[in-house]
Amino acid sequence: MKVLVAIKRVIDYNVKVRVKADHSDVDLTNVKMAMNPFCEIAVEEAVRLKERGVATEIVVVTVGPKAAQEQLRTALALGADRAIHVETEEQLESLAVAKVLKRIVEEEQPGLVLLGKQAIDTDNNQTGQMLAALTGMAQGTFASEVAVEEQKLKVVREIDGGLQTLELTLPAIITADLRLNEPRYAKLPDIMKAKKKPIDTRSVADLGIDIAPRTRLLKVQTPAERQAGVRVASVDELIDKLKNEAKVI
Amino acid sequence: MGILVVAEHHNGQLATSTARVVSAARVIGGDIDVLVAGSGASTVAEAAATLSGVTRVRVADDAAYEHELAENMAALIAILAGEYSHVFAAASTAGKNFMPRVAALKDVAQISDIIAVESADTFVRPVYAGSAIATVQALDALKVVTVRTSAFDPVEMAGSAAIEALAIVENIGVSRFVEEQLASGERPELSAARIVISGGRGLGSGENFKLIEAVADKLGAAVGASRAAVDAGFVPNDFQVGQTGKIVAPELYIAVGISGAIQHLAGMKDSRVIVAINKDEDAPIFQVADYGLVADLFEALPELANKL
Ligand SMILES: Cc1cc2nc3c(=O)[nH]c(=O)nc-3n(C[C@H](O)[C@H](O)[C@H](O)COP(=O)(O)OP(=O)(O)OC[C@H]3O[C@@H](n4cnc5c(N)ncnc54)[C@H](O)[C@@H]3O)c2cc1C
Ligand SMILES: Cc1cc2nc3c(=O)[nH]c(=O)nc-3n(C[C@H](O)[C@H](O)[C@H](O)COP(=O)(O)OP(=O)(O)OC[C@H]3O[C@@H](n4cnc5c(N)ncnc54)[C@H](O)[C@@H]3O)c2cc1C
Repeated sequence: MKVLVAIKRVIDYNVKVRVKADHSDVDLTNVKMAMNPFCEIAVEEAVRLKERGVATEIVVVTVGPKAAQEQLRTALALGADRAIHVETEEQLESLAVAKVLKRIVEEEQPGLVLLGKQAIDTDNNQTGQMLAALTGMAQGTFASEVAVEEQKLKVVREIDGGLQTLELTLPAIITADLRLNEPRYAKLPDIMKAKKKPIDTRSVADLGIDIAPRTRLLKVQTPAERQAGVRVASVDELIDKLKNEAKVI
Repeated sequence: MGILVVAEHHNGQLATSTARVVSAARVIGGDIDVLVAGSGASTVAEAAATLSGVTRVRVADDAAYEHELAENMAALIAILAGEYSHVFAAASTAGKNFMPRVAALKDVAQISDIIAVESADTFVRPVYAGSAIATVQALDALKVVTVRTSAFDPVEMAGSAAIEALAIVENIGVSRFVEEQLASGERPELSAARIVISGGRGLGSGENFKLIEAVADKLGAAVGASRAAVDAGFVPNDFQVGQTGKIVAPELYIAVGISGAIQHLAGMKDSRVIVAINKDEDAPIFQVADYGLVADLFEALPELANKL
């Protein structure tokens, strides 16, 4: 079975983003970028499926700027076989990304598509579900466990009350949650080998897909900072403050 | 054209999150309908009919909607959406699952996780783990929106809306419910609790979470956790508070043995009062805490449970 994994280049999760002085957007100049952590988990799951003999080929795809090649190389070093780079310098919305991915799904005909549950930049949590809608496929979002059995896929999902297990007809869309696996680090020889793996580069413009923005970013602000309060010296003082000052207990 | 609010319910009970989503919808005004989709959903529909500000409750009662499978829910909502200018749902794991699917079926954007409504087409939402607050205008005629329920006070239950049965059965058939493992529910639900006490990696084991529970019992609090505590298997996944877990804003949040990573803060920094208990006086959690206690949690928690 061929597995397609969609990955996104985002701000590194350790970096605290700053808002531009004119409040037009966040400032990403010279900020450290990385593969979205949930996408790393998606790539790792594909590699494990291949190690288990379920996946036969892993194709990674990203829709993004030239620099996103770095993240494709990382995915290739982790075990993906080849990559597709759909280039655009514009920041596409989830719906537009889903439309581009739909085209790639039509071309590649994967048996399974893996995505991250959310990109940690704008925290949208939409793309996988949208791709599922556009392709008419079943969706298993927030996955913490997947098992392929014949033409079915069993997925355990992290939901508000606990865990839910669904059985999906393949091909299907899975979005990875934190507990799906713990991604490995790429080893140096694999990083070297990845340099020789193929990246097929195309441009969004050539696909003839409607990517017109459906939203307008009016302003971006820094949230009100919380002020640090006081230190209490003992449990007794804490209880006293909560009862008599904050009046919350 | 009015607003359709998709109700959330569990075990035949209307979730309080629905009253909060209606509250967000009321900022826009106009008619508000509530959709109750489920199997054997009449009690939920009756409860929804009492939500203040709701005109009509529309009930799709069929086995196809029993487990809120995204494919069936989205197909149903997409059919109804043509009658509305907005579709709102909670940014719960259920809403996050089916709403983007609705948006794509209708070829429109979704605005995720809003914390304020500025006008009928303009919404405020946190991005980058809450490090920035974006004001976003939706340009599509139909607005599909998920609501961060902790940011809105619930409407009262003083209404009497009409209840209408829908005969729309959308059974897409590509997914099947197998089973669910749900928390037992002796304690208040995390995202609706007035007091939350959370434990982190500092607790050291699942067994030691008993120390947290003892305090929770005294306070009638819900129990939460950091990602590190969940990843280590101390507590189940649905305890996770943070950017990629649950967002809470209780009256009182007590963080114990939690360092205060930005991803954790994103889920609790809008709490009214924050208490931090940590043995490291430089832990970042103290920067957002109203009351900080530098102490070993293994001494502080039993003492707290005793003296409360
Ligand atoms: C401050 C700010 C606020 C914004 N608010 C909104 C808003 O409310 N609504 C809106 O529609 N747009 C908004 N935008 C526009 C925004 O640029 C994009 O919508 C958003 O970044 C896209 O999110 P996503 O699709 O990456 O996220 P998600 O849906 O969270 O991504 C989930 C997964 O989809 C896959 N994926 C996502 N993008 C790609 C890609 N380019 N290539 C390959 N795989 C990918 C990955 O597997 C990823 O893990 C906002 C932009 C800014 C700067
Ligand atoms: C994509 C992504 C998403 C994430 N999402 C989330 C999320 O939603 N929620 C979340 O919480 N995290 C999230 N994280 C993880 C986050 O970055 C931190 O790693 C995590 O919050 C740390 O948990 P912690 O504070 O329990 O552990 P640590 O950072 O290890 O802190 C443990 C604390 O316990 C204290 N301690 C130890 N022993 C004692 C003792 N005996 N008495 C008192 N104090 C003690 C220590 O001083 C320390 O401050 C995410 C990370 C990524 C990359």
